[in-house]
Amino acid sequence: MSTQDNAQAYWSDNLRIIITYLSIWFVVSYVCGILLVDQLDAIPFFGFPLGFWIDQQGSIFVYVGLIWAYAISMNKLDEKYDVHE
Amino acid sequence: MSLDLLTYIFIGGSFALYIGIAVWARAGSTKEFYVAGGGVPPVANGMATAADWMSAASFISLAGLVSFIGRDGGAYLMGWTGGYVLLAMLLAPYLRKFGKFTVPDFVGDRYYSNTARIIAVVCTIVISFTYVAGQMRGVGIVFSRYLHVDINTGVIIGMAIVFFYAVLGGMKGITYTQVAQYCVLILAFTVPAFFLSLQVTGHFLPQIGLGATLDSGMSVLATLDKLSVDLGFAEYTAGKKSTIDIFCLTAALMAGTAGLPHVIVRFFTVPRVKDARTSAGWALIFIAILYTSVPGVAGFGRVNLIQTINGTDNTGTSYAEMPQWFKNWEKAGLLGWHDYNGDGKVQYAAGSAFNGPKGKPAFDGDARGEHGERAVTNAHANPTAKNGAPFANEVYVDRDIMVLANPEIAQLPNWVIALVAAGAVAAALSTAAGLLLVISTAISHDLMKTCINPNLSDKQELMYARLAAIVAICIAGYFGINPPGFVAQVVALAFGLASSSVFPVIVMGIFNKRMNKEGAIAGMIVGLGSTMAYMIYFTFMGGAKEDLFLGISTGGFGFVGMILNFIVAYVVSMMTPPPPAEVQEIVENIRVPRGAGAAHAH
Repeated sequence: MSTQDNAQAYWSDNLRIIITYLSIWFVVSYVCGILLVDQLDAIPFFGFPLGFWIDQQGSIFVYVGLIWAYAISMNKLDEKYDVHE
Repeated sequence: MSLDLLTYIFIGGSFALYIGIAVWARAGSTKEFYVAGGGVPPVANGMATAADWMSAASFISLAGLVSFIGRDGGAYLMGWTGGYVLLAMLLAPYLRKFGKFTVPDFVGDRYYSNTARIIAVVCTIVISFTYVAGQMRGVGIVFSRYLHVDINTGVIIGMAIVFFYAVLGGMKGITYTQVAQYCVLILAFTVPAFFLSLQVTGHFLPQIGLGATLDSGMSVLATLDKLSVDLGFAEYTAGKKSTIDIFCLTAALMAGTAGLPHVIVRFFTVPRVKDARTSAGWALIFIAILYTSVPGVAGFGRVNLIQTINGTDNTGTSYAEMPQWFKNWEKAGLLGWHDYNGDGKVQYAAGSAFNGPKGKPAFDGDARGEHGERAVTNAHANPTAKNGAPFANEVYVDRDIMVLANPEIAQLPNWVIALVAAGAVAAALSTAAGLLLVISTAISHDLMKTCINPNLSDKQELMYARLAAIVAICIAGYFGINPPGFVAQVVALAFGLASSSVFPVIVMGIFNKRMNKEGAIAGMIVGLGSTMAYMIYFTFMGGAKEDLFLGISTGGFGFVGMILNFIVAYVVSMMTPPPPAEVQEIVENIRVPRGAGAAHAH
């Protein structure tokens, strides 16, 4: 594989990873935290209505998890395509 | 020990620490001044980013905001943390690889245009100044309340401290003071939060405590809902704003967070691309410690506030028996009471207590009323109980006192109160320093060096950077002493500008190789122009609420501006020639981590 092709393949894998994680980010924040929040509120979750909990706390934990998962995935990807520093 | 003495010890001690660090971390070159030499470890950068990001607004105002608006406060909690996901995945690693000093550096080089660069400089300066004014004010409030000095003196003391370490140490000094400031502010926020949670629910962690069941057999949130409804407020856990408004507000805050120049530049300071990613992860962990405690602090604070004022039998407490904190904050002008029903008792319920903007009291100088309360001149003529509340509201409580007054309301020991004061000052100073640095860099580096006189030596540029920092501190101090009456709206403007201009222009520069200068400039102008026009029309020119576009409030319009920016930029770029080959090469290059090296000069 030429350097050019390698960089192309690396970039498309990178985009796939970003799209996957940002989809989770979108579903948690906007679908669960905002659009369907009233429906989710009907479900009790450790003393919280579930929608309220996602809106005010759960989403933040998910964000932390997402960034770390992304950083780990990207480190692996960098090694795989031999573009790490 | 008295509270005053403890406060002096805590604030004085923290200042000595910051100054010590500043002396130790003096900057000797522009590289050290702008990006701390590019060698900050990711964990330290994460802490510094967290302190930089969490301002007086996060520390003092956020819990108060959530406490008073309940569920809808979630938009701020999600918006101000979710932006880090965008920052980590869409901006930070690539900008680190690009490896210059500032946001205008990237915009100017990527779009091969000094026009684009100057628009970015203007955005950076406007965003940062609007933001910094609020910080200086925060410092002033804390000083005036706890150290009994005039607000203006407080602002000047704050300016002097920031001056010392920002001008001397540049980014290097700021970074390591911010690490110390993070430790102070996080302790100051979490210690009272633990105490409060333990006191109200028996659980240590406010994150868990908020879901706990009280002795009455009802959960904390159900108690809050009941208290709120009984007093004529809407349910605490129910949303009041329209879904589309909350959606746009959250999105604008997220994109705005990712596009704030003082946050972005923090990622230029780490050694490698990989470190930019992990340092975003660390930053969000450190931020999440505070942000996930906020809903608990807000909820417990609200229960305590209502029960202290209205008493356990819900009939009010006589003014003479009100605890000292009530009178202290009344003296500071952030609480007000008028005895409408003439029973000598303080009663809190839904509705505005006074006939002023946001129900704020207008005090009659230092005059005192019948019960010793501060006399007001704008009492309602015929106050009525709202929505089935048992009495008309008699109290104005400023949202901003919630976090500061919480330890006093909960009768926590004096050292906790002193710690909170030191924490609030740390939060305000750390953010102010980061912003001032961005302003001075934009002037010395992007204007003086890049646009006006490329022959400046490193030493001269450093001198300009320091001069610009001094001027910026003086202007910020001026705004702190003479605050524009619209600080809150102005902060919304900063986020609107960042989300409608800085964020999209950088994202397109990285992810769309075909994007050219014509597209980027047109997009920025449309995004900026539409957002500013909307905000100015509805905030300052009396635009009617019914005329809001789809009911989207001014805070959320930055999201619409961002979409417009993307569309216009795409269409214009398709109709104009592609960017030159060497620019496309820059894009190819920033997409691959290897070869980042240290941040370099031109």
